Amino acid sequence: MNRGISYTRAFTTLFMRDIKIAIRHRGDIFNPLLFFIMVVTLFPLGVGPEPQVLSRVAPGIIWVAALLASMLSLERLFKADYNDGTLEQMLLSPQPLPLLVLAKVLAHWVLTGVPLILVAPLLAVLLNLESNSYGALMATLALGTPVLSLLGAIGVALTVGLRKGGVLLSLLILPLYIPVLIFATSAIDASGMNLPYTPHLAIIGAILAGSLILAPIAIGASLRVSTN
Amino acid sequence: MAENQKSEVLVHANELTCIREERILFDELSFDINAGDIVQIEGPNGAGKTSLLRIIAGLSRPYAGEVHYLNQNITRCRDEFNHDLLYLGHLAGVKSELTAEENLNFNLSISGYHDFDTSSILSKVNLSGFEDALAGHLSAGQHRRTALARLWHTNCRVWILDEPFTAIDKKGVEELEKLFIRHAESGGCVILTTHQDMGVVTEKQLRKIRLDYRFV
Repeated sequence: MNRGISYTRAFTTLFMRDIKIAIRHRGDIFNPLLFFIMVVTLFPLGVGPEPQVLSRVAPGIIWVAALLASMLSLERLFKADYNDGTLEQMLLSPQPLPLLVLAKVLAHWVLTGVPLILVAPLLAVLLNLESNSYGALMATLALGTPVLSLLGAIGVALTVGLRKGGVLLSLLILPLYIPVLIFATSAIDASGMNLPYTPHLAIIGAILAGSLILAPIAIGASLRVSTN
Repeated sequence: MAENQKSEVLVHANELTCIREERILFDELSFDINAGDIVQIEGPNGAGKTSLLRIIAGLSRPYAGEVHYLNQNITRCRDEFNHDLLYLGHLAGVKSELTAEENLNFNLSISGYHDFDTSSILSKVNLSGFEDALAGHLSAGQHRRTALARLWHTNCRVWILDEPFTAIDKKGVEELEKLFIRHAESGGCVILTTHQDMGVVTEKQLRKIRLDYRFV
């Protein structure tokens, strides 16, 4: 019987499994994306079609919509695994739990974060974003959405055992999202005024590096508490 | 077991107390589980059988007391214990979006096994021909068998099984019991709960731990 602990194998097994399940359950991918697109397209109807107004509010709208879309999709991150017992098996697996959790969060980001990044420039055209802000928009989304997934997963892990954890989840994780939102939108604003925005990016990058290391441990510990 | 001259203590429960919903399910419960034991935890619904199994597996924390594996507290040697533990809970841990084969593949890979032949393992639980069927489309018994299949490919010594016979037909139960006996004879232990009478495992081979419903 061949048995041995291999981190890469455990990581890829779980990652590929989650991708496979999501592909068979396509609604889970399209729902947050559709939400994102709808919020952004409805805004011009609400605030009026003046190009100056729209380009002023564009960074904020895109980022707030991305943030809410990511939160909307998070709730299902551990729920299905919790309900069918796979989560227990993960907790009892000899593989390190933070690694397994990271694989799940990464799969979640690939399925929900990456599509958002890809459609964002299209929606930015609708909102008449300054033409020199596109680079900043893409860069902040690329660095920021993984942070949203990682931090959000802590909240999801804490509330997975509750039957109606939705409200609590938003209360728990929205405050954690605010720094990312502030630095991301100010980076896009700065780039619109032709000012350097790398300092903002560096801070978001630092948040990403920090949460990439610490969040999996926190998520693992939260899952152990929730299944107690 | 006559063959196991040396009865090594695999799992030791030390004065476990469990309180759920302000009710004491059991207190100061101590027992040893030796290599070669088949232990049935019995008691009426709500007596705390599942809670006890979850505590032994390390999924829940007891209110007081501790569980030892090979004389080490399981919170200290979680990796070694998990490496040697096969736990099947109430929930089977089978994804209905995946096929029987993919489920088994995942369950074994996550426990560190590699280079195994899923179709021959599935044939042992009578699921030949259903490898590519989505687990959500299988019957309740076949669903359960998908989860149980990993018992046929494991080198874990401690098996903790919560109601393993649910939805399994008579012949399947017999095969499982034979597997338990083989496992016990090769130096492992089985801790299980069930409300069914076991036919193959004799009274002599079976140890029982009784939990009672208490009104406190």
